[in-house]
Amino acid sequence: MSHYDFMRYDATTAHAIEATGLVKRFAKTTALDGVDLVARQGRVLGVLGPNGAGKTTAVRILATLLKPDEGQASVCGYDVLRDAHQVRQLIGLTGQYASVDEGLSGTNNLIMIGRLLGLPRADARARAHELLARFDLTDAAARPTKTYSGGMRRRLDLAASLVGNPRVLYLDEPTTGLDPRSRTDVWSMVRGLVADGVTVLLTTQYLDEADQLAHDIVVIDHGKVVATGTPDELKAKTGGQVLQVSPADPGRMAEVTALMAGLIRGEVQTDAATGMATAPVADATLLPHIFRELDDRGIELAEFTLRKASLDEVFFALTGHRTDNEENDRRELEGSNR
Amino acid sequence: MTAIQAPTMVPAPAHRLTPLGGLRNTFTLTWRSVLKIRTNMEDVIGLSLQPIMFLLLFTYVFGGAIAHGSTHTYLQYALPGLLVMTVVFATLGTGLMLNQDISSGVFDRFRSLPIARWAPLAGAVLGDMVRYLISVVITIGFGMILGFRVTTNPVSAVAGCLLLLAFALAMCWVSALIGMMVKTPQGVQAFGFIAFFPLVFGSNLLAPTATMPGWLQAFVKVNPMTLLTDAERGLFTGGSVASPAVRSLLWAVGIFVVFAPLAVRVYRRRT
Repeated sequence: MSHYDFMRYDATTAHAIEATGLVKRFAKTTALDGVDLVARQGRVLGVLGPNGAGKTTAVRILATLLKPDEGQASVCGYDVLRDAHQVRQLIGLTGQYASVDEGLSGTNNLIMIGRLLGLPRADARARAHELLARFDLTDAAARPTKTYSGGMRRRLDLAASLVGNPRVLYLDEPTTGLDPRSRTDVWSMVRGLVADGVTVLLTTQYLDEADQLAHDIVVIDHGKVVATGTPDELKAKTGGQVLQVSPADPGRMAEVTALMAGLIRGEVQTDAATGMATAPVADATLLPHIFRELDDRGIELAEFTLRKASLDEVFFALTGHRTDNEENDRRELEGSNR
Repeated sequence: MTAIQAPTMVPAPAHRLTPLGGLRNTFTLTWRSVLKIRTNMEDVIGLSLQPIMFLLLFTYVFGGAIAHGSTHTYLQYALPGLLVMTVVFATLGTGLMLNQDISSGVFDRFRSLPIARWAPLAGAVLGDMVRYLISVVITIGFGMILGFRVTTNPVSAVAGCLLLLAFALAMCWVSALIGMMVKTPQGVQAFGFIAFFPLVFGSNLLAPTATMPGWLQAFVKVNPMTLLTDAERGLFTGGSVASPAVRSLLWAVGIFVVFAPLAVRVYRRRT
């Protein structure tokens, strides 16, 4: 009987999530244009991209909510189309918009899901109380969730996706719209789950979030994968280091910029607010040279630093635009309203 | 990365859901719908005030004119019709709730769970039967306060209520279809109104067919609302029952057979 079958999960076998060549078209837009991705067992895969890049569409396909037009995907070896019922037993989903039932209390929301997953009444209740305590919602447990704050709702949503002890958890922009404290709460919960062996696929438009949580990152833009790798690999891939120079006298900023541009032969960005000129440096041996030149011209420096490129800069280098983008917002709206 | 990691053994997921499991899912989701009636005070107020408002307005505004001054006579005539109207309008709530569940992402969560695909829809519809029953009970109860009397017997009155619920069970699939095809709750209300208003008022539920022009009579006579109203009148206040009851039941079956599969199809496409 199927109940007595066991399957092996260990780090060396198949990936928790594998997708190849995913294509999804909506009426006017191509949301996914051939996306490949792989999530390793027990790790966090960050799917990074601006609004409308196709992140949510990818998650919906991997969570069996949407059929891809082309390509295939599997979760723990089960095909998302052919074995959707099995996949649903393995996954938990937390949407971008908290999908808890507003008309029910926190407790009843979780009991309902426990019952739907086949738990006996008493077990469903016990599991609900356990999760409410874990997510610090015990005091509000009996209240209808429409009275919850955004952060509370998100925590309940996360709790709801954990009722069935999923092996793979999808978090679709779990911290969008949350205050910094709630955000760090969610982050520590994610770390706790990963410590328990759960594989997490996290979509985000916040680079620091991917940097903080993800072991691997896939950068998606306009429905295409533009880069993959660990956060460090990605940072190294695009110039790697950034030189920041700030003259003590802001009046000499133009001089500094010209000098840097001449020596580095790259684009120098200046920020009037911070009085800082920044430029990616591929060759660190240039630094003494730049420093000497500045000194020769008698430019006094407030700051002269070399640091690793931030993911922000990486993203800019990869896609040519910042993470927030109005055009993408419009695409997302068109896609989701369909 | 050291040492040998023992592979974790986890039970393999089940291949499919048993029909019994699907039924259990449905009852869980029915429980959810019923709980929501209790927590949503606005819904309860709407459900109970609407029949009371209909009764008061129609009895006292039209009663005098239609029944030549006797509001009691008119109440006896109109209450079975008002029952039909109340229940049919109450089915709009089904579409509204489904619309809300889809746009809020609640149905996405259901769909990501290993449950029967049709359970959320069936659960919502079954749960709504409780709402329809509430509006039927309030209409009859308040009608009695105003002087309505069942002149047949309690058994046929109960049969009248059951027939109403059976008809509502069919009509709510029309509402469900609208609820899933339209984007916003406002849209559901607008479309539901356009679909249901001519159906409800283009019938004999408030005025005798004989008073209407010929072209309208043609429509009124084939309108299932007229048949249902005739059956309800027969069951509550006397008159022929068998023919209109059977014919309105046939209509209910017909509506169900057409609209339930359509609604399920749209549901599968949208969710």
